[in-house]
Amino acid sequence: MNALAGVGVSPGVGFGPGYVLSREVPVPDPEARHGGDAEAERDRAARALERVAADLEERGVRAGGQAQEILRAQALMARDPGLAVGVAGLIDAGASAARAVYEGFGGYREMIVGAGGYLGERAADLDDVRDRVVALLEGLPAPGLPDAGARPYVLLARDLAPADTAALSREVVAAFVTEQGGPTSHTAILARAMGVPAVVACPGAASVVAGTEVLVDGFSGLVRLDPSQEEVETVTRAAAARQAVLAAATGPGATSDGHAVPLLANVGGPRDVEGALRGGAEGVGLYRTEFLFLDRTVPPTEEEQVAAYLGVLDAFPGRRVVVRTLDAGADKPLAFLPPPGREPNPALGQRGLRLFQRHPEIMETQLRALARAGLQSSAKLQVMAPMVATRQEAAWYVAACKEAGLTSAGVMIEIPSAALRAGDLAAEVDFFSIGTNDLAQYTLAADREVGGLGALHDPWQPALLDLVLAAVNGAAERGRPCGVCGEAAGDPALACVLVGMGVTSLSMAPTALPAVRAALSLHSQEQCVLAAQAALAASCPPDARAAARAHLPELAGLAL
Amino acid sequence: MAQRQITVESEVGLHARPAATFVQTAAKASLDVTVAKQGGQPVNAKSILAVLALDVRQGDTVVIEAEGEGADELLDALALIASAP
Repeated sequence: MNALAGVGVSPGVGFGPGYVLSREVPVPDPEARHGGDAEAERDRAARALERVAADLEERGVRAGGQAQEILRAQALMARDPGLAVGVAGLIDAGASAARAVYEGFGGYREMIVGAGGYLGERAADLDDVRDRVVALLEGLPAPGLPDAGARPYVLLARDLAPADTAALSREVVAAFVTEQGGPTSHTAILARAMGVPAVVACPGAASVVAGTEVLVDGFSGLVRLDPSQEEVETVTRAAAARQAVLAAATGPGATSDGHAVPLLANVGGPRDVEGALRGGAEGVGLYRTEFLFLDRTVPPTEEEQVAAYLGVLDAFPGRRVVVRTLDAGADKPLAFLPPPGREPNPALGQRGLRLFQRHPEIMETQLRALARAGLQSSAKLQVMAPMVATRQEAAWYVAACKEAGLTSAGVMIEIPSAALRAGDLAAEVDFFSIGTNDLAQYTLAADREVGGLGALHDPWQPALLDLVLAAVNGAAERGRPCGVCGEAAGDPALACVLVGMGVTSLSMAPTALPAVRAALSLHSQEQCVLAAQAALAASCPPDARAAARAHLPELAGLAL
Repeated sequence: MAQRQITVESEVGLHARPAATFVQTAAKASLDVTVAKQGGQPVNAKSILAVLALDVRQGDTVVIEAEGEGADELLDALALIASAP
């Protein structure tokens, strides 16, 4: 298939000729000599160094911010007096200007690389300056960008540096595609600021043949090579429609006929709050507190915990914030709380609430810190326990929460036994939150840490959908709310199915919020119920998907 | 010969922004100025490459030296940059 797939980090569709950014400037021949006029050659080298310095400085001024800092330091490298002396000496000994520049930088490069760490990274800055000067002296195109063409181009690269992108604008670039990087990489941030579509973590991007026509969907992360005219039109039209709908779908989550479904964010600490607010989260449905406990030899103090909880609570005054108490063990071992013995299968071992039962002092401190934070904030604080298997465990946890002064305590439904006996558990707790990722792992007996079992973790697996329904019904018998906070909640089609089953709130990665909000707003509660019935009647994930989508007609038009 | 001994307080040491500012300030002066790690070989303080290669980290002590008219003022300015947190 003539397509690549990555992670969409800046929405929109870009189409244009592909240009692969190369930093490769050939090493000047060690034997390269100048014609004999050393003075003229020294002059040529000096002018090339100064021209590159001035160019870097100018790019910096245009870029501003952090990029300007880096570019300013690079300009200083090109103007370095020690380097100039070294280069002149090499030319006097007969070397060509290009070779002299290459060798002149080489000595410093070795020392800088030898230092390692942060300084080692600066070697890339030095190489960039050196290559620019060498290219200029050899009459080669500068490493980096082509001049603006008749049409904006799609820039493909292994990764992009501030110097590469500082001078770009959306008149020049149709889209970015990089092999490396993530949602917070330099490329992603820059692309969003420029309003240019971007896909990162896209293997093969830097191997695209220059001049190939490239179609980039910065939402889905799909990159098509040499697409047909029809494909371009379809994708562009769908993206435009999707953008219009996503932009129009604001406010609290609800179906088209007004059935409210709060849309909440999954966060891993105060640093995720900004993204949650940007996505329009109505609160937090899953605050993972592990970041406070991992990678340390002693548990965090109560004060430290209060500050971390307030960092999220204060961002959502008057709104719901559901904090999951420590979920350690399995793939997240704690240095200060090792398991009592070797665990051949840690996913089935001492983790989650089971760890609290062995170390109640850790739980008491966390619950006390949460209660204090709750009192200091106007957010509606709720707490929940991970890895609850039985009614007795739920009762024990809720009692500890109430004793600490917490008013709302619930449990996660992620073990099949808890889903099957949901009615019993509901009698003990204030709410449920279904963790579909672990529930899939335990229902299908497929370790999440083992590669090659992905198909068994498909959230459309019929047995998983059955257990979700059991949990929702168990909660409903007792009049308890039941949310979903796994990956499933962020899938627009499955989100509609979950609402059709009776799920009362959906919590997801903040970037998934706009699409789910739009999908819900385009379908009625009745359509969601029909989609849920159709999905539950199917006997395999592809059939369940297709059957549900038949009742959710607006999704296709949005390419969701 | 005027001289200052400074403990570098910046988290990034004498790299990144502090290094660039330090070198730019030194380069503006007409007199020669050197910087060395305590006990090490002095290098030209106007050379960003030499200063980076010194690999001065937070908590290291550096010695800066200059001679001539305005040496004290220049060293005071450089000491301020190098010791800034």
